[in-house]
Parts: sequence; C-alpha cells; structure tokens
Amino acid sequence: MNSTRKPILLTGFAGGAYAFLYFPIAVLILYSFNRDGVGGFPPRHLTFDWYRVLFADSAMWSAVENSAIVALAAVVISILIGFPAAYALDRYAFPGKAAFQRLILLPLIVPGVITGISLLLLVVSGGFHLSLTTVILGHATALTAVATTEIFAGFAKLDRSFEEASADLGANGLQTLWRIVLPLMRTSLLGTALLVFTLSMDEIAVTFFLIGRENTLPLEIWSRLRRGATPEMNAISTIIFVFSVAAIFISQRLVSGGEAGPAPTPEITGAAQ
Amino acid sequence: MQSTRWNALLVTMPPFAWITLFLFLPYCLLFCYSFWTLGEFQQILHHPTLTNYAHLFTNPLYLTVIFRSLRIAFSVVLLSLLIGYPLAYFLVFHSGRYRHLLYQAVIIPLWVSYLVRAYAWKVIFGNEGVLNTLLLWSHAVNHPLSFLLYSPFAVIVTLTHIYVPFVVLPVVASLEKIPRELLESSSDLGARPWQTFLRVILPLSLPGVISGATLAFLLSFGDFLAPLLLGGPSSVMIANIVANLFGADYNWPLGAAVAVVILIIVVTILSITQRLERRQRFA
Repeated sequence: MNSTRKPILLTGFAGGAYAFLYFPIAVLILYSFNRDGVGGFPPRHLTFDWYRVLFADSAMWSAVENSAIVALAAVVISILIGFPAAYALDRYAFPGKAAFQRLILLPLIVPGVITGISLLLLVVSGGFHLSLTTVILGHATALTAVATTEIFAGFAKLDRSFEEASADLGANGLQTLWRIVLPLMRTSLLGTALLVFTLSMDEIAVTFFLIGRENTLPLEIWSRLRRGATPEMNAISTIIFVFSVAAIFISQRLVSGGEAGPAPTPEITGAAQ
Repeated sequence: MQSTRWNALLVTMPPFAWITLFLFLPYCLLFCYSFWTLGEFQQILHHPTLTNYAHLFTNPLYLTVIFRSLRIAFSVVLLSLLIGYPLAYFLVFHSGRYRHLLYQAVIIPLWVSYLVRAYAWKVIFGNEGVLNTLLLWSHAVNHPLSFLLYSPFAVIVTLTHIYVPFVVLPVVASLEKIPRELLESSSDLGARPWQTFLRVILPLSLPGVISGATLAFLLSFGDFLAPLLLGGPSSVMIANIVANLFGADYNWPLGAAVAVVILIIVVTILSITQRLERRQRFA
C-alpha cells in the first residue's frame, strides 16, 4: 500500500467530484442575491430584495406551515410504527418475517410515483377527499421505511447486557423498555426524527398525488417553478439549504463519537438478509 | 416462554396492521385497477380484461419510453459510479485527517432538498442560464447552447448529481471492511498497487458497488420530477406517463397497468442484484 504517497490525480479527481456536488448549490445561493434574475453572468447588483419579497409572501409561509404540520405528524407516526417494527425485526422470529420486512422497506426502493398512486387509489376507494391528512398518510407510509431502517441500525448497536441486567433485577418487559431501552435509544430516535422531518419537508413524488387544496412547501415551489423562476425561489431554496445543513449538524451532535450520522440511504440489502 | 410470544405479538401487531392497510392493500388495488377499463363516459368498468396490458405492449410509445427510462437510469448509474467510486476510494485510503469532514461533505447534499438541487441545474442550464451566459460572456460561444436544457442530458446530469452520494456511501462501507492486512500481504507478495486494486480491492468492494448502483438505478428509473422540470418531450420517462394518466390524460386503469409494469421491472432488477450481491459476499 502506498498510502503515504500523495496520489495527486486521485486527489484532484476528488476535488472535482466535490465541485460537481457543490457547484449547483453555490450558484443557487449566489443568485438569490442577484437583482436581475436567476441567470446571467456575471451576477450584478447584489441585493436582499428577494428575501424581502419572500418574507412578505403569505402563500409561501402558509405552505411552510402546512409542511411543518405534515412533517411533525409524519415523524410521530413513522416512529410509532417504525420502532416496534425495528424491535420485532431485531428481536423476534415470527412467521412471515421476511415478507414483513420486504413489504415495510419497499417504499425505500419503489419509486414515489407508485407509492403515491397506490395510496391515491386507497383514499379514493375509501371515499375520502384529498387533504393534508392524505398527504400525512403518504409521508408516514413512505417514511416509516426510513424510520425502520434507522432505528434497526440503532438496535444493532445497542448493548444487550443492560436489558439482561434489568430483567435479572426483576424488571418486566415494559419497565425495561421504558427505563432502559428508550433512554439508550434516545439519540438514534432523535436522529431518525430529524431525518424523517427533513425528508418529509422535501417530499414531492408521493405528495403530488395526495395533495388537496392546501399546498406543502415543495409543491408550492413546484407550481411556481412551472410558471417561471424568480430569485425568490433561490431565496427560499437557500433558506431550505441552511435548515438542512443545520439539521445534519444537530444530528451529528446527537450521534457524537466521530461516527457518521443517519443518512437517507437505505441499506437495502444489509437489513434484508 | 408464553409471555415472550405475547410480547412479540403485541409489538408486531401495530406495524403489521399498518403495512397491511397502507402498503399491501394499496398495491392490491393498483393491481386490480390495472385490469379494469375506462368506459364511454370516463367511468371505471369493473370487468377484468387484459386490454390495458395489450395496449401497453402493442403501442410502441410505451416500450420506447420504458427503454428510454432504462437507458437514462443506466447512464445515471454509470456516471455516478465513475464519479462516486474514485471519491469513495479517496475517502477511505487517502483523505487523511480531514476524513470525517470530507465524508460529511458527501452526506450533506443528501439532506438538501431534491427540488432545490433539480432547480439549481435548471438555473445553470437554461438559455438565459448561468452556464450559457458565462460562455457568451467569455466569448467561448456565440449562441446559447440550447441542447443543455430540456434534453435527456440535463435529466442525466441532475439525477447523477442526486445519486452520487447514494453510490459513495455503500462503496465507502465496503472498502472500509477490507482488512488492511490483505493489502499489505498483496504488496508484500510483489503485487503492484494497480494489481492490488484490480485483484483485491475492486472485487471485495463489489457488494457496495452493487447495492449503491441498484438504488441509483431504481430511483432514477422511476423519477418523474427531473424530466418534468428539466427534460423536454425527448426525455419523457415512464413515471411521467403514469403521472399524466393519473392527471390530465385521465385514465387510471391504464396508469395502474403502467405502474404494475414499473413495479415488476423494479422487483426483477432488485432480486437479480440481491442475488449477485449475495454471491459476491460469499465468493
């Protein structure tokens, strides 16, 4: 191994890869301060005007509010379902376990359009109307898969001896769950909540088919993009970016210890074996 | 252990009920719809027929679009691997003391809104966009390059940008699992670095490559937002057809049939790659 020699070519390539990953984001942020629109080089007349326009935009803020409601509800449901699901996958052997696992993780790999329309068919067959509630249902269903994988990973790292000690000392299952398992899983659960929240705030594919009259933030942005872009879109995107980065840093802090935090990449096969 | 069995049942019940109601049942409905048809007055006729499937496989439009989607997804995977593998290799073997930070820098874009990133490329590629005006400004070209936006090219670049991290993370994980002793013994036995790479590192990292590539492939295959935002008529993908049939083109049964075809393709690819990956793991 020549790990001491500096591989100049490889380092240069990695630099290029990072440039590719961050160039669009940098452009987006830069042009949110550009008075003359979303394109045009070089950017001139830097201004905060687009942020001012954005902050006065009440439709946008009610969309933010809707998105926050949906995301909070999605977090609560996906953890309430994902926690027992991950616990069962980690601890129990039961008939149909493999099918159970495949089905619950399916939304991770099935395109959002499929999840969206199949839930739409359910909602319509049940005679319900499309509203924020149906959007919550869609997000919860899609993101329970994410919550389950993240919490499952948390269980895998859990030291079982604490639970054994608790049981030996006479605690019943519920007491052990409440006083040992949940506190030990706290960081994993908070990280999961943050990830689910962020993903929900950004979800479009499933939302697209389940949205009623009230828009979520991504769908509000989407419908405006179709009409034509203004730097106001850059401004809101910049703010979303700042929040996303803040979220990842908070989750890093939670999962401290130099380890990588939760990432929305499902271990599609790792967990499936 | 009677109590454990009751606990297991109690714990498993809520998620089981949830997935039955909100995953299994909707998929069944999708399947049923795909055999129904639309009547004269746009009402849904509940007589199962194969009309939708026959239409799908006889009308060249659908097959063309399916193959285009597969091609676009394949290009995305290829590009993501070309960018992602060396990046993962760099992170694991040569990133030195900034490793943690550099690893985070790959994860951050994953948390950044899909829409924000797709929109950013639209801003870059447009006729009045950043790239074209930069090229005009620097006199590299005289006319804006119009092939950039509203083309499969724009869709492929955008999806690659989105899925590179999905490839990097599993490849990093599998590179990290390679015991360093193997690399040392390979070089002790006289292998040159590139031989060590080709014959030790690359084969051992294949499980990560396969799982990242699968994910990138399946998710870009079923994408409909990037083509809608950045692609023109020449880059309509199969999920766009579904979205249209459930929207303006109103024909839910036909849309359901297309969705079932997508689902079958996804599950087939997944089972093939899982088998490949398992074989790699135990090879």
